[in-house]
Amino acid sequence: MTASSVTSLVLEVENLAAARGLRILFEGLNFRLSAGESLELRGHNGSGKSTLLRILAGLTRQHAGEVRYSGAGQDQNDGAERHYLGHLDAVKSSETAAEQAAFWARYFGRDVSVAIDAMKRVGLAGREQVPGRGLSAGQKRRLALVRLLVEPRPVWLLDEPTAALDIEGRGLVGQLVAEHRARGGMVIAAIHGEGFEGSRTLDVSALPVGALT
Amino acid sequence: MSGSVSVFVRELKLAWSGGGGAALPVGFFAAACSITPFAVGNAVENLKIAGPGVMWIALALSSLLPMERLFQADLEDGTLDAYAGSGIGMEGIAFAKTFAHWIATGIPLAIISPVLWIMLQGPPEASLFVIGASLVGSAAFFFFGSIGAGLAAGMRRGGLLIALITLPLYVPTMIFGAAALYAAATGEAWTSSLMLTGAAALFGVATSPFAAAMALRTAID
Repeated sequence: MTASSVTSLVLEVENLAAARGLRILFEGLNFRLSAGESLELRGHNGSGKSTLLRILAGLTRQHAGEVRYSGAGQDQNDGAERHYLGHLDAVKSSETAAEQAAFWARYFGRDVSVAIDAMKRVGLAGREQVPGRGLSAGQKRRLALVRLLVEPRPVWLLDEPTAALDIEGRGLVGQLVAEHRARGGMVIAAIHGEGFEGSRTLDVSALPVGALT
Repeated sequence: MSGSVSVFVRELKLAWSGGGGAALPVGFFAAACSITPFAVGNAVENLKIAGPGVMWIALALSSLLPMERLFQADLEDGTLDAYAGSGIGMEGIAFAKTFAHWIATGIPLAIISPVLWIMLQGPPEASLFVIGASLVGSAAFFFFGSIGAGLAAGMRRGGLLIALITLPLYVPTMIFGAAALYAAATGEAWTSSLMLTGAAALFGVATSPFAAAMALRTAID
């Protein structure tokens, strides 16, 4: 992906509705997010923040409505424009931290040196040879953040990225998000507690709910 | 493309390093064939009648054993979400994982097969053929099995479901593979039966990644 298409990317969500079983979590959601913007998803547990993120990531099918990533005049709904960090860290217990970081670098077709830099950045220097099962919850989360850094992609979809992180780790996520936005990236994050500076907010629990008949 | 290749390499390493993923299927295969003489009697005629068939059944069931964990671990720890969320095709993931597990487990199964074959009174000169047939057969069993593995990935104790879904898909490989083994045991021509087994395996390799991918997309939905 070229730099120009990164900066001109736009996410449009039109009349989106999400359902789980027979319950409509929310409907009639409209928003538009441009390059450099971030959106915080707020709302109580079970209001549909994670589901919304999964829909935006293409993992879960929406009940109705449309999600469009468009930029540089062409549709980019092939998934190559986004990173999704769910509440599960995708950390393998038997692989060392360094192996997993290197795996993600190779997975995205990058050089392994990128993974080493990313590990330093997320504060895992000195923990390279620790297997996944020996990492704390916060360290696992930091290892998940490595995915964002090894491959630059314009859209970050983060599901509670600061969960399990210490104060320094929360600061790190805030910094990464700010840098990403400064480069023209966009961030959508479900978050509790302190948010990101200059971020728009969407209260998912304020959206209309319903039931399927 | 780099995505699927790196997943293949990773799975291969995980299968070798994680306490020997092949140990259970290989042990099961060896045990099932070893106790056969105790059940059917150790008279040579009995073993000649039962041996090839039992061996082929044992190969099929050993190949089913690793299927329960094939996709389940990745689904549980969020790896499958990470793959799918990065826009890579699930077909490539399903193929890479199944292929890696077949190499890690199917090849060891094929390597020990001549020993079991001779133990069941098969002619030793057919040993190379048995290795080849086991390779082809286990490829078919693994790839057809991956469909069941995908469908049961989101379930606890999905093993029984995998067996129920997969066993009907095993029937062509079962028939042609066992026919080839019996032909080799009696010194008849086994080429056509083995080629039909190969055809079943190729069909499985070509189609199962698509079916497994569809199942996995539903599992993460």
